[in-house]
Amino acid sequence: MSFLTVAFAALFYAATLLLVVGLARRIRLYWKTPAPLKIPTTPAPTTTGGVVLRMFREVVFFESLFKGAKWTWLFGWIFHMALFAVLFRHLRYFQEPVWGIVSWTSPLIKKYLAFAMIIGLLGLLGRRIFVDRVRYISAPSDYLMLFLLLGIGTSGALTTFVAHTDVVAVKSFFRHLMTFNFETMPNLPSDPLMIVHLGLVALLMIIFPISKLLHALGVFFSPTRNQVDNPREQRHIVEWARKLEQ
Amino acid sequence: MAKAEFEIPELKEYPEIPPIQPGSMAHSKPFVAKNPEFMEPLGYPAELVDDWQEKAIEHMGDLLGKYRSLQVFLDACVKCGACTDKCHYYLGTQDPKNMPVARQDLLRKVYRRYFTFAGKYFPKLVGATDLTEEVLEDWYSYFHQCSQCRRCSVFCPYGIDTAEISMAAREIMDRIGLGQKYCNEIIGKVFKVGNNLGLPEPALADTLEGLEEDVLDDTGVEVKYPLDQKGAEILLVTPSADFFAEPHVDGLIGYGKVFHEAGVSWTLSSKASEAANFGMFIGSYENMRRISLRIREAALELGVKRIIFGECGHAWRVAYSFLNTLAGPFDFLDPKYPVPQHILEFTWGEIQKGTLKIDKSANDHMVVTFHDSCNVARATRMGDEPGGQFTIPRNVIKAVCNNFVDMDPDTIHEKTFCCGGGGGLLTDDLTELRVKGAKPRMEALKNVIEEHGVTNMAAICAICKSQFTKVLPYYGMGMDMIVSVHQLVSEAIVLTGQDTGDDDEQEDSTEDAA
Repeated sequence: MSFLTVAFAALFYAATLLLVVGLARRIRLYWKTPAPLKIPTTPAPTTTGGVVLRMFREVVFFESLFKGAKWTWLFGWIFHMALFAVLFRHLRYFQEPVWGIVSWTSPLIKKYLAFAMIIGLLGLLGRRIFVDRVRYISAPSDYLMLFLLLGIGTSGALTTFVAHTDVVAVKSFFRHLMTFNFETMPNLPSDPLMIVHLGLVALLMIIFPISKLLHALGVFFSPTRNQVDNPREQRHIVEWARKLEQ
Repeated sequence: MAKAEFEIPELKEYPEIPPIQPGSMAHSKPFVAKNPEFMEPLGYPAELVDDWQEKAIEHMGDLLGKYRSLQVFLDACVKCGACTDKCHYYLGTQDPKNMPVARQDLLRKVYRRYFTFAGKYFPKLVGATDLTEEVLEDWYSYFHQCSQCRRCSVFCPYGIDTAEISMAAREIMDRIGLGQKYCNEIIGKVFKVGNNLGLPEPALADTLEGLEEDVLDDTGVEVKYPLDQKGAEILLVTPSADFFAEPHVDGLIGYGKVFHEAGVSWTLSSKASEAANFGMFIGSYENMRRISLRIREAALELGVKRIIFGECGHAWRVAYSFLNTLAGPFDFLDPKYPVPQHILEFTWGEIQKGTLKIDKSANDHMVVTFHDSCNVARATRMGDEPGGQFTIPRNVIKAVCNNFVDMDPDTIHEKTFCCGGGGGLLTDDLTELRVKGAKPRMEALKNVIEEHGVTNMAAICAICKSQFTKVLPYYGMGMDMIVSVHQLVSEAIVLTGQDTGDDDEQEDSTEDAA
């Protein structure tokens, strides 16, 4: 096995471990931290079913952002949906045989997906640079995150449209990683674009649990969005608050 | 126009998002609670403690463990900017630290430095900073430029509520001995006397007696305003401003008339002679709970069956959303009614039942618009349906007034703008902030005055009423434009047996009452 192959095998094991453990710890923290008061932003649903629906609209359509900032919504939504579709299509590189639903999407669509993702990111970057209010609140990491995602999107698109990579070999590499089968593991193609793409993806996985990417979890744990508006009907009290009553 | 030592924002026909002006409000700071008398009764050190940095971080850790909102909100922000043009204080002052995300960042950058991997090892990269004296100055200044109105949380894709962050920051500051005089002094009075204004029981009794006389003179009907009456069905808890401030007191007169016509017995309590709960403004669960428990005790002592709250914004939040948590369970009250109820829920119920005889023409000299109070709009509900907090007040106004107009849809309902004086900022040492923060509301009001000839703005919050009375003159409008919703009810209600000087009306009223 080449040095590159060994290095990337180690990198992806480490990145996966950090991602999974990091997120699990964060979920545990959010789960265990109590919400002592009912604080849904009203008008809010009065039933659990209503809350599920509210959350669905929030996660899938970015409802609140739509109310707040139309351009940010447009670019943000395009980026996230394209990213989601691209990730879904990428499942084919980890499955043998590939599920019907994954292979079903037409290869024509993927071209637009990559572009949509990049356009969305450029829109978000433009807003950060040109709107004085958004520029004021941006830290270096906010720009770097966009560059990181742009790097992943562009390098990925280039491997498809400009310099083809031996995708079969890449897939085989990951299949072997997943099954811990090192005997017959093929070498990762030493194609610079693919190396950049995979390297940036690993970096993204590593920083996910320690960066603002935690918003992906946060939205589900946000009390202003996930609480049922029923404080008069049902007494809501957490353990540390109950102790005050003794 | 009132004199001012600062520039009063110009009202535009169409709202504009102004460019940022860094530092323009850095000088705005409320008086510090220097007197131990204002700090110690609340359980806080009398002055800034020596090891305040260490203690502040320790308290931040404590709050992070107690409030999921704080933990999630400090992590989840992506700096998308959707909130940056939503705060009335930003729109009125142009100070970028009044953009909700930037206000949060004052706390977030310290959180990152001490509690996150990235902030510990790469502070510059993620904008993390040590808790320095300068940062603490900024905290004191800008966390007292947030009225906790939650408008930002409506537009945030993660529902991040700056009010939660401001409350945590104020609680941390209180715990290290840096409290705000206005809020803490008021809480002290509640503990000592029973209400924000420090009105003792004899003064209350005197005021209520005066009201009875006024109503009798006006209408010829004996309407009672009872105090500490054991065995009454309803305990009314209302902001103490209702006992004497204008236009608040006209609202209180209205509540009394509605109860009178509905034929229910009710009482005020000298122990719980205050609906407001400033414990919320300083983010203190313990103080909020202590203040709330007075209401439970009063209800038990008086043996009432129901609790109803008068017109007050944040008080309704603490009552509707928190009272059951803080002072419940209320299993000793009549289970047929929600605990607590809002006076508007009660009045709307009576209007629907037809127990009230209304003469809408009594309000014909007015064209009325309605200001949704921030806490009522975005932190509570009325009635059974989501959004009842918008429809019920409007239904009541329309039932007693012929002329009603709403302001710009982007400034009402869940998108309503705070009056500019909420969240414990209703103090003279913050006049500039209050005037500038009122700008978006003043703009929308001015537009309906010009387009629809609006003469009055009705409000259901003691703070809104006081704040508008003060700031309207700065914008060249009359302070008496502000009316209580129950003042409108009071004007239109025809009491049974009231001498109207019109025989036909007399007959109608007997029919309706039957």
